[in-house]
Formats: sequence, C-alpha cells, structure tokens
Amino acid sequence: MARIALALLAGLVFGAGIAVSGMINPAKVLNFFDLAGSWDPSLAFVMGGALIVTAIGYRVVLQRPKPLLDETFHLPTARRIDLPLVSGAAVFGIGWGITGFCPGGAVPALGLGQPRALIFVTSMLAGIALARFLRGGLAGRARSRTA
Amino acid sequence: MTEFTPVASFLGGTMIGLAAVLLMAVHGRIAGMTGILTGLLPPLAADWAWRAAFIVGAIGAPALIVALAGRSAIAFESSMPALWLVAGGLLVGFGVHFASGCTSGHGVCGLARLSPRSMAATVTFMAATAATVFFVRHVLGGL
Repeated sequence: MARIALALLAGLVFGAGIAVSGMINPAKVLNFFDLAGSWDPSLAFVMGGALIVTAIGYRVVLQRPKPLLDETFHLPTARRIDLPLVSGAAVFGIGWGITGFCPGGAVPALGLGQPRALIFVTSMLAGIALARFLRGGLAGRARSRTA
Repeated sequence: MTEFTPVASFLGGTMIGLAAVLLMAVHGRIAGMTGILTGLLPPLAADWAWRAAFIVGAIGAPALIVALAGRSAIAFESSMPALWLVAGGLLVGFGVHFASGCTSGHGVCGLARLSPRSMAATVTFMAATAATVFFVRHVLGGL
C-alpha cells in the first residue's frame, strides 16, 4: 500500500512539475527548439532544475544498499550505443518536432482535458505497441537464424 | 510567442527532479515516462500497480491545479490538426520504444547518472527535434 501511495505521490510531483515548468504546453516546447524564430529558452531552465536535483539526489540515494520498498535498484544494464538507440531517438525527435508533445509532457496534459493530448497519447501508445510487436518478431527471426 | 518563464520553469524542473529522486529512493525505479507506460500495455507487467499509480498522479496533478486555481493557471496552446497528432504520436511511440526512453528517462534520469547511452540519445533527439521544427516552420511555413 505504501508502494502505491508513494508512486502516486511521485506521479503528482512529476505532473505538477511538468505543468508549472511549461513542458505541458506544446507551443512552449516548439518555441524552445525554434532558434531561428520565436525562441523561448525557458525549457533549458526546466532541464537545468531537473538535472541538478536528480544528479545530487541520485548520488545520495544510490549509495544505499537498496531502495526503501524494493529489494534492488532497477537500473538499465545496456551499455552499447547501438543503431536502435540512435535511430529510435531520431524518430522520436521528428515526432516531437512535429507535435511539441513528448511522452512526459503529453500524459499530464491529459489532466487538462485537452482532446489533442488524448489523440497524441493514444497514437503514441499504438506506436509503442507496434514497435514492441515488430521488435519481438525481429528478435524471433534472429533467434531462429542462429538456432 | 510564449512568455520566457525562467523562474517557473526552473521550479517545475526541480519538481520533476524531486519526483525522479523519490521514485528511485522508494521503488528503485527510473522515472521515465516511456518505461513506466510500456509496463501498462499488454502484456501487462507484473508490477503494474505502482506504474498505474504514478500515471494517475501525473495526470491528476494538472487536473487538481486547474480545479483549484482555474483553467488559466496552466498555459496550453496547440492548433495541431488531428492527422499530424496521429502521425507524430506514432513516430514518438515507435522512436521511444527503440530508444528505450524519452526526455524524462534519458534526458533527466539518464543524464543525471552520466549514462553514455542517455547522452547519445538526448543529443540525437534534441538535434532531430530542432531540425524538424526548423523544417516545419521555416521551410514548409507551418503545418
């Protein structure tokens, strides 16, 4: 129960941060990237604030043997900078540049009752599901080739 | 035009950081929207409950702010046609899956851990986004 309550709290703080920072606003996000036009540098301050707190907080927290309510820290184990990582990031950037929505900005925007956020998030979930299905298929074929 | 808001943006950023530290301290998890959402798609992850709680909070907070302070408390502007939202959404979903993360997972949590993969991903998606915005606004003249 405490796990659920504290995850809810983390989500609330995250969603409030996205809203207060302006990351929830697609126009503001697009203007941050529009260096040649109506540039709004605000989002550099979002990144700065988030990075300072997270970098210091992680240093403290990750020195502990384990998290408060789990047996282990679930940290990513992949190390290689490979094609899926870089090409995936590039495709993500194209979609972000078209719409001004990234996953962390769009999900809280659902709380504003914005139909555009709902259309975007639904399509994004479909994209994740499709990519997962394709990757499963590719991995399956690769396995059968090596078998 | 959107207003330059360095103080609110920095403050909001520190809250995003606080949420990331809390989720790591309590659950040992990266506060990445992509990873958290993926576990809620079928096949549902065994630990779906904390993920669902985080999402409920992330959606609930702006709803609460608007309920308490009024609709004008949170700026939201988009005139994007639905067709482009669908196309962009599919691209974002597809991309973040293969990249194993997005702005929150790579751009905040990963960079804070000095992960080389996250640095590569963040540089790539920031550059791709800036190039796309330039192309859409200054070559196509808008959507």
